[in-house]
Amino acid sequence: MIRARILISSDSLSLSRGAEETKLAFEAELSRYGLLDEVQVAYMGPADRTDALPLVIIYPEGTRYGPVTPADAAYIVEEQLYKGRVVEQLLAPPEMLSGEIAHLPGRTGITYAQKRVVLQRAGSIDPTDIEEYIAEDGYFALGAVLSDFSPHAVVETIKESGLQGRGGAGFPTGLKWSFVESQQSAQKFIVCNADESEPGTFKDRLILEGDPHVVLEAMAIAGYAVGADQGWIYIRGEYGQARERLELAIQQAEEYGLLGDNIMESDFSFHIHLHAGAGAYICGEETALLESLEGKRGIPRIRPPYPTVAGFRDKPTVVNNVETLANIPPIIHNGVEWFRSIGTEHCPGAKVYTMLGDVNITGLIEVPMGITLREVLDIYSGGMKAGKTFKCAQTGGASGSFIPPEMLDVPLDYKSMQEQGASLGSGALLICAEDTCIVDLAYVLMRFFQAESCGKCTPCRIGTTRMLEILARMRHGQSSTEELLALEEIATQVQELSFCGLGQAAAVPIITGLRYFREEFEAHLAGHCPAEVCPLDKVNQPAPETIQHNYL
Amino acid sequence: METNLTLIDEVIGHHGTSREALVEILRELSQQSGYLTTEAMEAVAARLQLPPSEVHSVASFYSMINVEQLGEHVIKLCQDAPCHVAGGREIWETLERELGIQFGETTADGNWTLLPTSCLGLCAVGPVMLVDEEAYGNLTPAKVKSILNRYRTGGEA
Repeated sequence: MIRARILISSDSLSLSRGAEETKLAFEAELSRYGLLDEVQVAYMGPADRTDALPLVIIYPEGTRYGPVTPADAAYIVEEQLYKGRVVEQLLAPPEMLSGEIAHLPGRTGITYAQKRVVLQRAGSIDPTDIEEYIAEDGYFALGAVLSDFSPHAVVETIKESGLQGRGGAGFPTGLKWSFVESQQSAQKFIVCNADESEPGTFKDRLILEGDPHVVLEAMAIAGYAVGADQGWIYIRGEYGQARERLELAIQQAEEYGLLGDNIMESDFSFHIHLHAGAGAYICGEETALLESLEGKRGIPRIRPPYPTVAGFRDKPTVVNNVETLANIPPIIHNGVEWFRSIGTEHCPGAKVYTMLGDVNITGLIEVPMGITLREVLDIYSGGMKAGKTFKCAQTGGASGSFIPPEMLDVPLDYKSMQEQGASLGSGALLICAEDTCIVDLAYVLMRFFQAESCGKCTPCRIGTTRMLEILARMRHGQSSTEELLALEEIATQVQELSFCGLGQAAAVPIITGLRYFREEFEAHLAGHCPAEVCPLDKVNQPAPETIQHNYL
Repeated sequence: METNLTLIDEVIGHHGTSREALVEILRELSQQSGYLTTEAMEAVAARLQLPPSEVHSVASFYSMINVEQLGEHVIKLCQDAPCHVAGGREIWETLERELGIQFGETTADGNWTLLPTSCLGLCAVGPVMLVDEEAYGNLTPAKVKSILNRYRTGGEA
């Protein structure tokens, strides 16, 4: 007689996260307790969520656990099916978060779900149907702005909300808008920076693919606020699907009178154009993006003048990141107070992170500003992969800093991270276990910068090449103490002297790597790779003299 | 390879002859015909009234615009940190060994070109590679071999 049934999610994501092993563990443990005749184990279809896979549902209670590892499975069998107690600490987090996140050591106590602001619709509506967006309060903020707000009131609202640019720099969005608002010019532009190329970052792609209209609505609101009637979306050339969705979304919005001339029968007109890039990381830098938008090589411009004064076609231009824009309609629709109730005092709102590396759950989360890396690790990424211990994290993509274990409790927000000499950047969180070699990782990061340097300024063009050469020799155990000192000196020079953010960021992994893991660099000088990752050469082999581009 | 003037006219007809359209025109031409010949770049320069050197300078700047002929199949392996940490190094070595070429090279029979690429935004399933336009994730050396074999035996996966 069957008294209970265990269902395990079996979509490809669940399977890649060990659903099969979990199922086997359930069966083995049930057989150990002699429960196989009473409890049935089966796969179910895809779960309606991706943050807690593999998801396990146990009937008749309907208890939902997730993510469930084989070890968890054994414990669940003992507790719930043998002793009849729900294992609270393994329950899948609820769908919506209410209130503040408290510090939660380990996986004990209650776990919270994510706070969705910009991802509220992604994954729950059909992005190719404008009516679904409208049904979920879409274009209400634009309507409210056009009927109830003066342009200046919109700028003030965004200022009061405390929203900061989500592309990485964290510049106050309202302030940027007010700079453009105050410019006397017949022609102004709104540019959406969708050239997301920071390694480990794919939040903008998911926003654009899952909820393209929110970006269009935000651009129109921005246009109304600063007095622009033209907007451009510069989308990364590789993002084919997002581009198609945007094309369709623009077309639908125009058909509905929500973009184009006299929007919602008002005096305000706003047109949005799409421009796809052609593969260049540097084009994420706003002035390089503007050059590329004008059909040129993507090489940064000297600042000042800033784009807010002389941007696209030398006219005052607002350049905002996709995630930043996606925050605008919710702020207008729900109010400043609501927005400021999320996150911290200095950095309100939520932030989208991509979790990567040696953790159980990789993917996208949106959580309030100010939660700590430890909380992300414990709650959302399901902890470190089996048997591994945390060594360091790299936040903000390639240009981010290394975070050592002692900094796990620093709140993730622009201000706190800056105070610790780290950066939040684009929100990529690469988690590395003890079997990661810092020198090897620094080498891979430098290879990226060396390849992507646009070549305009000497410190970045030559500096990244020289640093890469030294790191390559270090990986082969053929470097010296003098070279380590040279590496440090070059890194400092590249950081201080580079023309734009790319070069300034290229040195960060070296500088923070040396700050926290200097002994590992020194071990390589002695011909030893503590993590046993680097291809250390036999002692008598000749040193590689010049770098071969992009070789491993 | 012959320069397809009809295609050039078609693409320029779609994007217009403004200077601002140059990057998109070149990318589309490169995607449709594999790579840009000198003649193609000169034809674009003439139609947009730009110096040919300017067109070449823009074309060679962007990684999605090819100014050299590539193999029939182009493999692009992500070389960035998230994929590297997830086992990208073994995949890198496997590809070089299996194809007998280094990254940046094309096989003598013209079948394969091996290129590194920057982040494809598919990091959650890294290591990731593109074969032509098709993405493959969660790669292992064994999986790479079986993918290559599928293309070798003629099937498009």
